[in-house]
Amino acid sequence: MNILATLLVLAPLAGFVFVLMAGRSQSEKSIGLVATSAVAFSFVMAVASFFVLLGEHPRSTTVNLFNWISAGNLHVSAALLVDPLSITMCLFVTGISALIHLYSTAYMHKEKDYRKFFLYLNLFVFSMLVLVLANNLVLTFVGWEGVGVCSYWLVSFYFDRESAASAGKKAFIFNRVGDLGLLIAMFLLFQHLHTLNYVGITAKAASLSPTTALLVVLALLLGAAGKSAQIPLFNWLPDAMEGPTPVSALIHAATMVTAGVFLLVRMSPVLTMSADGRLVIAIIGTATAFVAATIATAQKDIKKVLAFSTVSQIGFMVMAVGVGAYSAAIFLMISHAFFKALLFLGSGSVIHSLNGEQDLRKMGGLQKFLPYTFPTFLIGWLTISGIPPFAGFWSKGAVLTNVYDHNKILWLVGILTAVLTAYYMSRLFVLTFRGNERFREATEGHDPHESPWVMTAPLIILAVLSVLGGLLDLPWTHHGDLTSFLSPTLGYVPAGAPLSSTVQWGLGLVDFAAAIIGLLAAFSIWRDRYEDARFEKSFLERVWRWDDAYDLTIGRPLTSVAQFSGDVIEPKVIDGAVNGVAVTVARSVEGIAKVQSGYVRHYALAMSLALSVIIVYLVARVW
Amino acid sequence: MNVPASWYLVLAAVLFAIGVFGLLTRRSALTIFMCIELLLNAINLTFVTFAHSLSDIGGQATVFFVMVVAAAEVTVGLGIVVTVFRRRNSTSVDELHELQG
Repeated sequence: MNILATLLVLAPLAGFVFVLMAGRSQSEKSIGLVATSAVAFSFVMAVASFFVLLGEHPRSTTVNLFNWISAGNLHVSAALLVDPLSITMCLFVTGISALIHLYSTAYMHKEKDYRKFFLYLNLFVFSMLVLVLANNLVLTFVGWEGVGVCSYWLVSFYFDRESAASAGKKAFIFNRVGDLGLLIAMFLLFQHLHTLNYVGITAKAASLSPTTALLVVLALLLGAAGKSAQIPLFNWLPDAMEGPTPVSALIHAATMVTAGVFLLVRMSPVLTMSADGRLVIAIIGTATAFVAATIATAQKDIKKVLAFSTVSQIGFMVMAVGVGAYSAAIFLMISHAFFKALLFLGSGSVIHSLNGEQDLRKMGGLQKFLPYTFPTFLIGWLTISGIPPFAGFWSKGAVLTNVYDHNKILWLVGILTAVLTAYYMSRLFVLTFRGNERFREATEGHDPHESPWVMTAPLIILAVLSVLGGLLDLPWTHHGDLTSFLSPTLGYVPAGAPLSSTVQWGLGLVDFAAAIIGLLAAFSIWRDRYEDARFEKSFLERVWRWDDAYDLTIGRPLTSVAQFSGDVIEPKVIDGAVNGVAVTVARSVEGIAKVQSGYVRHYALAMSLALSVIIVYLVARVW
Repeated sequence: MNVPASWYLVLAAVLFAIGVFGLLTRRSALTIFMCIELLLNAINLTFVTFAHSLSDIGGQATVFFVMVVAAAEVTVGLGIVVTVFRRRNSTSVDELHELQG
């Protein structure tokens, strides 16, 4: 196990080092091959670790790599914690990363910075694995920052574009705000529990006072909100779509943005201690899911729709964490990784075929030109809309059933969001693949071309996973499913009243009805039009004016403070002080300066006279 | 004939005074150099005198050091004087007053 887990983490790092060392002479092919196979190897190691873990009892192994920090009573070792939660994360992270690496070898073909792209991508996978496998919060934080900086580099990958550069900065700054939350949570936990080790925290969590637990949970929520794009820090994610599409699929949909949810689930023993904190989490998640879904209905850029959809889906996961349905959150995280990666890669394939066009108004009728992208995208669309028997229906159903059990109001909002989800995804689907052909301008009159097999193969694999993903955790299985696999690592939350099977069936039907309503609404509205201000309110398109609000409350005051400092404080106060000293000194010595005549004999005379005085003094003293 | 040591010291003092006077009044760098040599030799003379009257060889040894250093100093100093002369066609030290306050 030790060797497997170590190799699992180090393989992407080795790929990173290889790509780093590879000079310009190294061909695209060998760089892509090494980077992809490093991650694929990592996936194989994850599968092997999974099977080894299945045979162990108890299913939790700590792999100690080296002692890292030892100061006072703080002892942090670089150690990996292999348990059901971390191995589940590893499996889908490495699996999807490998597919997206493969896809990127073709998507990034002939890009100027091909090598740099794979450099960052491999480093990202390494950081993500450190994040999920770390056995303490400090090491997790290292991975947390690692994925953050890779995200920053990859968002501003086309840094010669103004919008990409500022999107990168935005992502970085919003993440810093969240990081502050995580740091505070770490400080509080260390102050009260004297350990940052997950096993130790789990063991001692029960000794936290309710107030402390609430503070820790809120701080963790802030951290999760930054990384996972939740209210109030959600608006960096849509801007992050400036990065290349495989990056959007891997980092800003499938893996990194779910790190916040992972953190909350990892800290679930602490969450257990604060019902109030969990309620706040649930409310934030629900609000984010709803707000983002409404925004997604009015976006005109194919990737922006998917980005807000990601925010909304992560909102569902946070909602699940809030009601204590941790395994449902992970279930949704996994199936979301499948179908959202599929949708992003599909949209990448569409964009690729239209020479970079991302505007939904300039698509349409692509159905017959993209024989592989179309059916796989169709599956992705049905999955996220929540049509049975695809994975999305089961995972979203698991979340909503648990929410119904704990809080009826949040459930209602959740159902409303599900309707919106089906609506905006169907709108996206109709505008892209059906209706009139509006793309001739982008393709200069040619027919769009299907992408090469390295791009369609990952689509097909992800489509299959999206269809079958529901099997991980069907509501009527109770052994050998995801819930029972994960439960030893999760915090305990008192369940609501057990739901009768009639209610469960009813809830399933409501979910299904919500999906159908959204779907039919979208088809009836968007079948024969491609833009309509009545259904695309500018308030929604402009993200509920959220950016404007930040600009007004934070951006502008800070800018005017900076302006004031630059215009007044800097020249008047600082320069004034410095120059004032210089001027005062210069004035006060004007008379004395005359002494420095520059004539050698004046100096010599002064020396002689001084010497004479000294000699006279010495002689006088002797007498 | 035995010359008393005080005579030597008086001679040294006179030489030193001439040197200082020249150093303070002359403007030509070359003359100033010669005055410095006078100063050094006045000192040398006192060293030798005291070495003789106190029967201590240390004073005489010091004189050799002073001579060597003086020779080196003249070499460097004359080099500077030659360079200055080439640039300004003059060796008057009064023209070298860029550092005045």
